[in-house]
This record gives sequence, C-alpha cells and structure tokens, in this order.
Amino acid sequence: KDEKVLLNFVCVIYWCFRPQYYIKMEYIAPVPSAPGIILCCDCGAQIHPNPTNRCIACIRTRNDISEGIPKQGNLYFCRGCERYLDPPASWVVAALESKELLRLCLKKIKGLNKVRLVDAGFAWTEPHSKRVKVKIAVQKEIQAGAVLQQEFIVEFVVVGQMCDDCHRVEAKDYWGAVVQVRQKTDHKRTFYYLEQLMLKHRAHEKTLGIKPAHEGLDFYYTNEQGARQLVDFLMSVVPCRWTHSKKLISHDIHSNSYNYKFTFSVEIVTVCKDSVVCLPSKLAHQLGGIGQICVVHRVTNHIGLIDPSTAQLAEVSSTVFWRTPFNSLCTSKKLTEFVVMDTNAADVKRFSGQGPISKKHQVAEVWVQRASELGSDNVIFCRTHLGHILNPGDSVLGFDLRLSNVNDTNIDKINPDLVPDVILVKKIYADKATRNRRRRWRLKHLGLDDDAHSQNKDYTDFLEDLEEDPQYRTNVNIYRDVTKMASDDCESEAGEIPQVSLEEMLDDLHIGDSPTGGEAAEMMQ
Amino acid sequence: MAIRCQFEGSNEIGVFAKLTNAYCLTGIGASANFYSIFEEQLSDTIPVVFTSIAGCRIIGTMVTGNRHGLLVPSTTTDTELQLLRDHLPDKVKVQRIEERLSALGNVVVCNDYVALVHPDIDRETEETIHDVLQVEVFRHTVANNVLVGSYAVLSNQGGIVHPATPTQEQDELSMLLQVPLVAGTVNRGSNALAAGLLVNDWAAFCGMDTTATELNVIESIFKINDAPQSAISTTMRKALIDSMT
Repeated sequence: KDEKVLLNFVCVIYWCFRPQYYIKMEYIAPVPSAPGIILCCDCGAQIHPNPTNRCIACIRTRNDISEGIPKQGNLYFCRGCERYLDPPASWVVAALESKELLRLCLKKIKGLNKVRLVDAGFAWTEPHSKRVKVKIAVQKEIQAGAVLQQEFIVEFVVVGQMCDDCHRVEAKDYWGAVVQVRQKTDHKRTFYYLEQLMLKHRAHEKTLGIKPAHEGLDFYYTNEQGARQLVDFLMSVVPCRWTHSKKLISHDIHSNSYNYKFTFSVEIVTVCKDSVVCLPSKLAHQLGGIGQICVVHRVTNHIGLIDPSTAQLAEVSSTVFWRTPFNSLCTSKKLTEFVVMDTNAADVKRFSGQGPISKKHQVAEVWVQRASELGSDNVIFCRTHLGHILNPGDSVLGFDLRLSNVNDTNIDKINPDLVPDVILVKKIYADKATRNRRRRWRLKHLGLDDDAHSQNKDYTDFLEDLEEDPQYRTNVNIYRDVTKMASDDCESEAGEIPQVSLEEMLDDLHIGDSPTGGEAAEMMQ
Repeated sequence: MAIRCQFEGSNEIGVFAKLTNAYCLTGIGASANFYSIFEEQLSDTIPVVFTSIAGCRIIGTMVTGNRHGLLVPSTTTDTELQLLRDHLPDKVKVQRIEERLSALGNVVVCNDYVALVHPDIDRETEETIHDVLQVEVFRHTVANNVLVGSYAVLSNQGGIVHPATPTQEQDELSMLLQVPLVAGTVNRGSNALAAGLLVNDWAAFCGMDTTATELNVIESIFKINDAPQSAISTTMRKALIDSMT
C-alpha cells in the first residue's frame, strides 16, 4: 500500500512538473525570391532578366532613343538689349543658366514630343564661349514592358541677332501710324476740349507720343489699329472728316510682306463756339427756315446754331457740314465789346414748319453802344437771343458787321437790307482776373510740352465756357482745386458769376508724403 | 551540336515539331526543307513521322510525349491516330485523351522520368499521363506562368526555364525534376523557350535567330557535345602532342 501511495505521489509530482512541450507556430514571412541570372543573348554577359533579355550595352547599341532629336541648335541673342529670341517674334530677358533660358532651349529642341522628358539641366560652359550645353534625360518604351532611359547633351550656339526694337532705335523709326488732327483756326479752344475728352475717355492710352504741330496735334502709334481707334473716337466727339494714306517703308520679296507707315489726317470743322456764321440759303431752308446769319452756341459731335433774331435752333451734323460747308464770319478773337443801353422784349413771328425754338433763350431788342464810344450818341439797334441775361449796363461781346470787312460769298448774296449791323454773341460777366480768382476748380492735362497753359487767353476762355454751360461740362472731369479752397471771400458778387457747384467737382486722389496730414486735413475740414 | 533551322521562314520550330528519344514528329510544310533537316540528323536512329493533328500543322503545341508514349488531344482524327500507331515503334503507346486544356504541348513538359503539368488539369489526365508516359507528375508553375509546356524545355540531361524564374524557384524545380536547370532565352531573347527549341538526349534544334550565346547555354545544359570534339581529346591527342620524353 505504501508503494502505491508512493507511486501515486510520484505520478502526481510528475504530472505537476511534467515537461511542457509546445508546438510553436510562427509566421514565416515569404522571402522575396531573388531573380536568377541569365546570360545576355547577344554578348553573353551575366545580367538580371529584363523584358529584352539583353544587357544594357547591347540594348544601347541597338536602340538609340535620342535618334530623332537634334543635338545642336541655335539661340539668337540681341547684343543691344541683351535678350534672347523666343520664337516667333518675342524677346525675353534671361540670365545664363536660368529657368527662362532652359525653357527657351527646351522649346527649340525638336522631337521631344516622341519621348518622355525626365530631367533637364545645364552643363557648365565657359561664360564667353557662346555655347550653352543642356543635359537632357529622356525615356522611351522600346518593347512592351521595357522602358529605356538615356542621357545626352544638346549644344546650343549663341548667335547674335538684332531685335526689332533695337532696329527701330537704330533706324530712328519709332512709330507705325500717326493721326494728324488739324483745325484751321487761330485759337485752340477746341483742342482744350478735346484734351479733356481724351482724358475722360482715356482715348490716349496707346499713343507712343503726342506732339503739337502748327494748327493742331500729332498722335503717334505703333500700329494702324491704335490710330484707327483714335480716329473713330474723334469722329464720335467732334465734327470732323478724315482721310488716310500709307507709305511703303520696306518690302520683303520672299515672304511678300510689306512694312508701311500709316497716316490719318483728321480735319476738324473751322467753326467753333462763339463764332458767327453765314449759312448758304439752301441749307438755311433745309434747317427749318432758320435765318442765314447765325451764332454757333455749342459744338459737340454736331454744330449747334442759334438764330439771334428768332432764337431758333438748328443742328448741323458733320456730314451735312462737309457737303455744304460754311465759314465763320468772325471768330471769338475778333469780337468787340459793347455796352447795353436799353432792352425790350421782342415778339417774334413764328411760322409753320419752323425748326425748334430755344427755350433757354429769349429774343430781345436792345440798344447798344460800342465800349470804345461809350458816352457818345452813337447807339446801335439790334435783336439778340440773349434777352434772358442782358440788363442795361452789361458788357457784351459782339460782332460789328458794318465796320468789318467780311469776305464771304454767302453774305454777298443776301439782300444788304436784311443784314444786321451788330450781332451780340456773349455776355461778359466779370473781367478775367476776377473770374480766375473766383474759380475753385481746375482741370488735369495730358502733359504736352506747350506754352504756359494757365495764362493763355484761349485757355481761360475755355474755362469760362465750362462754367457757363452745364451741358458742356458733362464730358469733362472737373477737380477741386485744394489750394483755392482755403480762401473764402464769396460774399461779394457771388450770385452773378456762373459757378461750378461743389457737387460736380471730383475729388482728386493725391498719393502724397503725408496721407493723414497736410492737404488731406484741409480737405476733411 | 545544336542546329539552327526554320519552318517556312518562322523561327518558332517548337510549335511545328515534337522530338523525343524514341521518335520525331513534324508538321507538313509546303517544302521539304524542314523535315529533311530532321531526317538527315535523326533518321538513322529514330523514325521521323510527318503528320497533322486535327488537320493542323502546329503539332508541337498539341501533343506531348516521351519514349514511353505519346498523348494526343481529343480533336485528333481517327486516321491520324492510326497513322501514328502505324509509324511509331510498338513500345510507344499512343493515347487520345479528353481534356479541357487540349493544347497538350503547352500544358505538359516532360522527359522520360518526370513531368511538370499545368496546375489546373484534370485528375484523370494526370493519371493518364502517369500511366501512359510512366512519369511522376508534378503540378507547378514556372515564373508565375501556368503554361509550363511553353516556358520550360526538359530532357533527361537538363532543362531550361523562363528567364524571369527566381533562383529559389529554379532550385525548387531542379529538386523536383532531379535535373540541373538554367534560366535562359532562345531566338534572340524570346521568352517562349519551347517554341524555339527541340531537344532530346543527343540532338538539339533551335530557331534561326538564336544567338551564339544562347546556343552555348543550350549545348552546355543539355550536354549536346560534338563527336569530333571528343575525338580531339582522345584519338587525336597523341598525334598532336609530340612526346617530350
């Protein structure tokens, strides 16, 4: 029994301390199998298998993927402005070994679209050797599944060629088209108006330059289109007519291309505001039976006439004018000053079929005396359309027909009895100095090299026109004159003189040194 | 010495002929050039039979066999079968088998002792191969290709496999097949070895495009040695080397 117990005991001990066997199952990751070695089928060298089963050297001898790509090229460089030619016609600035130059070189290499470009860069060359070397790596598929990559060098020779701009500078040939604007009068008020129009509509943006010429201006452009745009603009804002011509500068026989200089000649009508005209009788009938002697009271893209004896309005468009042209009997420079003695409202005969009558004017019968003869007995009777603004004692500018020698075929045909002695054109509100002082606004200019603007009588006449006629102002940008804002003596004679109201003036944008102080502070007050 | 030839201008001679140690089958070509080459080399020792299988000339892809037997696909006509039975020696058993993968030449590669088959062939076919050809059958792929008959060529001396076969697989196959193996190409870098190569224990034929390097590999692995070469080392040696003593 003891033996059994002992045996059991030993068995129990054994069972507790039995050797433990575990079957460990580990995950053995599949070993990536190394590819075998085969012999190149052409030369017998040992290689790893590839889709062509040849060594690289044998593949290279058979397949040259850079075959269609030229290994030499030309780069055109202008010595004057140090730019490279970017075909077909533009010139770019590029430093040596820059990406712009790399782009140019790659553009010049033909045949790059058949292979895939992998890498491109510059190889070093001597700076003054006039050679540029580009190292290019390309890839191409030679067989299904086999892509070959090859590196090679393309050499560019830098060749000197003068660019077109340098040619022009050398030939002193700067412009390709010119617009010659002329007006055969002795004053320049229309040109000042044109200047303001061009500033407002920005019609002068593409010009190369503007030069004043006798009786007008020349606008220079590089090509014909810019000139045509300006001519179209002018036709739409002032009554004018134009012609054009071209001059052959050079002719390339092989490509049949012709190089011209274009000239547009624009002629503005000779009549302008405040001139007295005599219409041919036929035109006067067509315009609604207006009298033959008229005053031009506005010139925009058509001529606005007013008959002083009936205050009848007529508009003559540009085409009508050039068909039946008429001259001015006098211009604003030849007006003489008169003083109004007495005014009476006049009743005017109206007939059917008459043209439009002005509502802003009133016909009056006035007795005037020449300012030079003031105090004498010589008073002259005349009918005028300025009845709404004339009072006894006012100064008026008018045209003295009896004392002047007028050379006009139309007026010779009129019955001398029907020709008036004096035609009153415009009222003088104050002398020039006073009006200049009172002016609180100013205009911008195109920056022409011209004689001094502000003292010019024509210029001040133009400014007075702007003040008097609100409709004339619509096409002009008027800016506040900050220097004159501070002075504030508007009590005396404020009502009489026509002013430009503050709302119409534009605030000028000054990007000056001190944005918060100085002028801006004044403006804010 | 391995011989280069062409079947009507095509270098893929392996598809138009079948070569074993006991017989040679060729397809019927337009001219006698092809089989005259075989006749010249082989007709002393083994019969060279020109035939078609199912009316096709591509008999190399359609049949498989060794010196014990020949297996033909189910599309073989009775006439062709009879012709084969008549021309082949009696100890070569000819058997027609029903198999979905009927291009037996692409599906089975064998020598006289062992065969590698497509992993997907029927169980019955495998047994038939074992019985008729008296070989041990192994299902395996060669370089991840299931068409073992195209990408491996086997003789009793050695074998060539697809060039992309990894070393480990080559060792594995070599152990299975009990012959030395090498990875190589034929017909100037072509991967389809069985299409360009016909081999038995003493002769080898390959396509005209085979390069000298490939030919060297073939000759060394299949131990195709020229008789004149061995003559140099034995009988002619005495004459060439003057006695120094």
